[in-house]
Amino acid sequence: MIALKTFKKGGVHPEENKISAHAPIQKLPFPKQAIVPLGQNLGAPSKPLVKRGDEVKTGQLIAKAEGFIAANLHSPFTGKVLKVDDAIDSSGYRRPAIYIDVQEDEKWEEGIDTSEAVVREIKADKQTIIDQIKQCGIVGLGGATFPTHVKLMIPDGKKAEYLIINGVECEPYLTSDHRLMLEKGEEMLIGIKILMKALEVEKAIVGIENNKPDAINHLTELAKQYVGISIQPLKVKYPQGGEKQLIKATVNREVPSGKLPIEVGCVVSNVGTAVAVYEAVQKNKPLIERVVTVTGKAVKKPSNFMVRVGTPVQMLIDAAEGLPENTGKIINGGPMMGKAITSLEVPIVKGSSGILLMKNEESKRGIPQTCIRCSKCTVACPMGLEPFLLAKMAKLSLYERAESEKIMDCIECGSCQFTCPSNLPLLDFLRLGKNKVGQLIRSRK
Amino acid sequence: MSQFTISGSPHVHGEESVKKIMYTVVLALVPAILVSTYFFGIDAVRVLLIAVISCLFFEWVIQKYLIKGPVTITDGSAVVAGLLLAFNVPANLPWWILVIGALVTIGIGKMSFGGLGKNPFNPALVGRVFMLISFPVQMTSWPVPKPLFAAGLTDAITGPTALGLLKEGLDAGKSVEQILADPSMPAYLDRLTGNMSGSLGEMSAIALIIGGLFMVWRKVIDWQVPFSIILTVFVFAGIFHLIDPTFYIDPTFHLFTGGLMLGAIYMATDMVSSPMNISGKWVYGIGIGLITIIIRMWGAYPEGISFAILIMNAFVPLINNSFKPKRFGLVANKK
Amino acid sequence: MNEVLMYALITLGLLGTIAAVILYFVAQKFKVVEDPKIDLVDEVLPKANCGGCGFPGCRSFAEALVKSANEKHSLEGLNCPVGGNEVMKEAASILGLEVEEQEPLIAVIRCNGSRANSPAKVNYDGPSTCAFAHNLYAGEGGCQYGCLGLGDCVASCDFDAIHMNPETGLPVVNDKCVACGACVKACPRGIIELRPKGKKDRRIFVSCINQDKGGIAKKNCEVACIGCSKCFKVCPFDAITMNNNLAYIDPVKCKLCRKCVEVCPTNAIHEINFPVRKKKAETAEEVVETKTTMTVTHDTKSDPQKDSQS
Repeated sequence: MIALKTFKKGGVHPEENKISAHAPIQKLPFPKQAIVPLGQNLGAPSKPLVKRGDEVKTGQLIAKAEGFIAANLHSPFTGKVLKVDDAIDSSGYRRPAIYIDVQEDEKWEEGIDTSEAVVREIKADKQTIIDQIKQCGIVGLGGATFPTHVKLMIPDGKKAEYLIINGVECEPYLTSDHRLMLEKGEEMLIGIKILMKALEVEKAIVGIENNKPDAINHLTELAKQYVGISIQPLKVKYPQGGEKQLIKATVNREVPSGKLPIEVGCVVSNVGTAVAVYEAVQKNKPLIERVVTVTGKAVKKPSNFMVRVGTPVQMLIDAAEGLPENTGKIINGGPMMGKAITSLEVPIVKGSSGILLMKNEESKRGIPQTCIRCSKCTVACPMGLEPFLLAKMAKLSLYERAESEKIMDCIECGSCQFTCPSNLPLLDFLRLGKNKVGQLIRSRK
Repeated sequence: MSQFTISGSPHVHGEESVKKIMYTVVLALVPAILVSTYFFGIDAVRVLLIAVISCLFFEWVIQKYLIKGPVTITDGSAVVAGLLLAFNVPANLPWWILVIGALVTIGIGKMSFGGLGKNPFNPALVGRVFMLISFPVQMTSWPVPKPLFAAGLTDAITGPTALGLLKEGLDAGKSVEQILADPSMPAYLDRLTGNMSGSLGEMSAIALIIGGLFMVWRKVIDWQVPFSIILTVFVFAGIFHLIDPTFYIDPTFHLFTGGLMLGAIYMATDMVSSPMNISGKWVYGIGIGLITIIIRMWGAYPEGISFAILIMNAFVPLINNSFKPKRFGLVANKK
Repeated sequence: MNEVLMYALITLGLLGTIAAVILYFVAQKFKVVEDPKIDLVDEVLPKANCGGCGFPGCRSFAEALVKSANEKHSLEGLNCPVGGNEVMKEAASILGLEVEEQEPLIAVIRCNGSRANSPAKVNYDGPSTCAFAHNLYAGEGGCQYGCLGLGDCVASCDFDAIHMNPETGLPVVNDKCVACGACVKACPRGIIELRPKGKKDRRIFVSCINQDKGGIAKKNCEVACIGCSKCFKVCPFDAITMNNNLAYIDPVKCKLCRKCVEVCPTNAIHEINFPVRKKKAETAEEVVETKTTMTVTHDTKSDPQKDSQS
């Protein structure tokens, strides 16, 4: 057993609650109507290529990437385009989306290998890989949805040394990456090999927290056949899945403030992304589905589903045997960083990793009291910031000072608010401050 | 359909709460309370009760009738302030002085700044120093401990503290050896277990350290502040002891007498009035250690820890501003 | 003894003289030549330092006024909304100029999505700042344009002119409003607009900024502008424009004829301080001060509840 590593600064230990860890990934039936939002990736939303009444096949390109940080979008279903119109996203705002009337019998776009057979040999060269990833609309599936092909284009003068694969899944409750590692380990490792080829790196490290010993053992066994890939067990600590924390934990390098991981020779990718890359390059299959955990303390059947993008959340909850009586909050993502959603009609998007149903009593926040200056937030902050101070500055609109106190380094992990004994909404104010400081920085340019 | 709640992440909260922290401090004070009750009997109980009840009462009155805001006396902060105030006075203090002290503690030390979390100075120390300056006679006539089951001693005996003896002796031109030979000077073991004259909470260093370790384990205090204070006092006193052992007493004497342990573990670590960052905590602790020993060696008062803590409390905003936590990614930036 | 006194006197005297000399030269060196008019103008300004004029405070506005007067011989584009015409006239007379009368403005809340009109579909649990809630989600009622009701405008007001109505959850502007524009800037949704106060304080405006299609807007809020264009068609003065499913009344062109108010199917158009509508011709005696139509409708709704409670 390799020694457990972790990052040094800050961090908290929320209750793990991985209740769906032993539920195998199930396929979800298709919905009658799907809503595919156009802005599913970080950066510019995609530009629709279809119009009302068009017939679409599964895997067909329906919206094209526009701009540098952008991704293609493919139809997750076979059917007819109902309309291209606004649809509410998880926050309740209306954003452009494509509505598809779904047909029962599925027709795939030509050239897509839909068989289950594992293709091991990597034929494509570096450029073909990147083109194929771009073509298939692969984005980071860890939640940030950063277009993967952009990550693979290393700027001049920089060189990647390590590919770090994020199998940490430090968010409580979520188990989608865990199940993926167990069930698609082989595909994932081939995907990692493909990414290594595209990046021209010799070493890849898969970081997994040691609360998933089965995944660690399984992958360590499999990785013996793949040169250059090592599995690194990590101590359980939130937010280890943060890019910068993971790099610190695995290769002990600190990404400089305001810079990307490539600055220290690292590229970080999620395990789900690695599987998606495998499917894109080896099978020409675009990113139209992902694993989503449906969980919660009151959920009857916590499960992991393979879900097509565009499926409404309601269907997932039904498949997990219904919405519990006293559900107070529905979260898209994990409890630490996920977003509370306003309606069950919201579709699953590329970045959804889980649907967490919280009971009424869990969902209420404590009553905020005054700050007793206990400095627990400062201790918990993995970025070495002073959340109490930054939150106060954001409250008082002292944005210049907040900027000089490095508010933009905040990764919004929520450790400060989690640990605050006074129940202060620290992260809320930090987010507000980040937003305003970001505007300030942009207005200077 | 029920309404869903919308709020920003994180959606879960840890176990910590203000109440929990405050009652952990109370729990950590229990060994010291037991020791002082053992040595001073019913007097100790009387002082503790008067201090705690009057602190709670004044907090309630001020919050209810002066501020007309929510009453938060159950959060435990007034209990802690009351206990610490009681720990800082002699067991035979008249009750009315104690009540005035509690009024100053809560009224001036805490509520006048806006209540819990806003006070720049440790409230219990504000009250203590107020009483010390206003009622110097009552505040410095310490009863000799009368262990619960020891017979033969009468109530009326009072005596100076070890530090007071030292100061008087040195002022009278005696050498350290002569002072230590004085029969009223407590022996080493007595200093450790607390069998000597002094304030309620100054008694047993061991009981205080047990409580301190408990708080460190419960993550209510950081070990840096007490450790740096004790280390500074030890090193600084040690240096002078080596230079001139006839005039400067050995450093362990300083560690286990007076309010050093109480101050270092319970008063200086008060969350509200101590620095927020680890590097700042070191600076703060070293500052307190230095000022304490300077007052003890050359000042007019035999004991200096309360003044030292109050002085360093005043510097806390400055320390917070100058000593920032180590930012992630800034070291790599310099390369 | 005398000697001591003498020494003290001499040293102090010397020190004083030296200090005086140094101060004199320093004062000469760093002298700031300032137009005396600035002080005079500053004197007449309201000293609210609200920033409504677009300058950081009254002093810098006074400087700007004097500068403009000296350079351009006019005060065009400069206005103190707080002081209004009187103050501007006074300032202009000091500078030997004249100013055009400006119509006084008042802040207007262009949303009527009260708790009754736009019932909450979700609960918000977080800090009371609209700015944060705006980034987080669309709003309790589901309207992504409407008022969030957390009172950033109230907090921004220096003049005690805007308050939350606890019943409707909407802000209400009172007579103290000086149109400094602080709330306009504070509102993350751009609901508040500065509009002319109007004759006899009467004004008509569309109390909605929802740009959704009619059906969606109406689903979220009973009194949303659904973009039906009825008001646009009925307006005899071309004062109404339709943009993105939303009507807007130009306060300059509007002659307060009240025709649009009648035709609006969702009561999204508000008239303020008009006499209560009666079939007979109104007389001056019958004028009843009504604050806004929204409070009126709401009072009638809430009254029975109150009665039943008490």
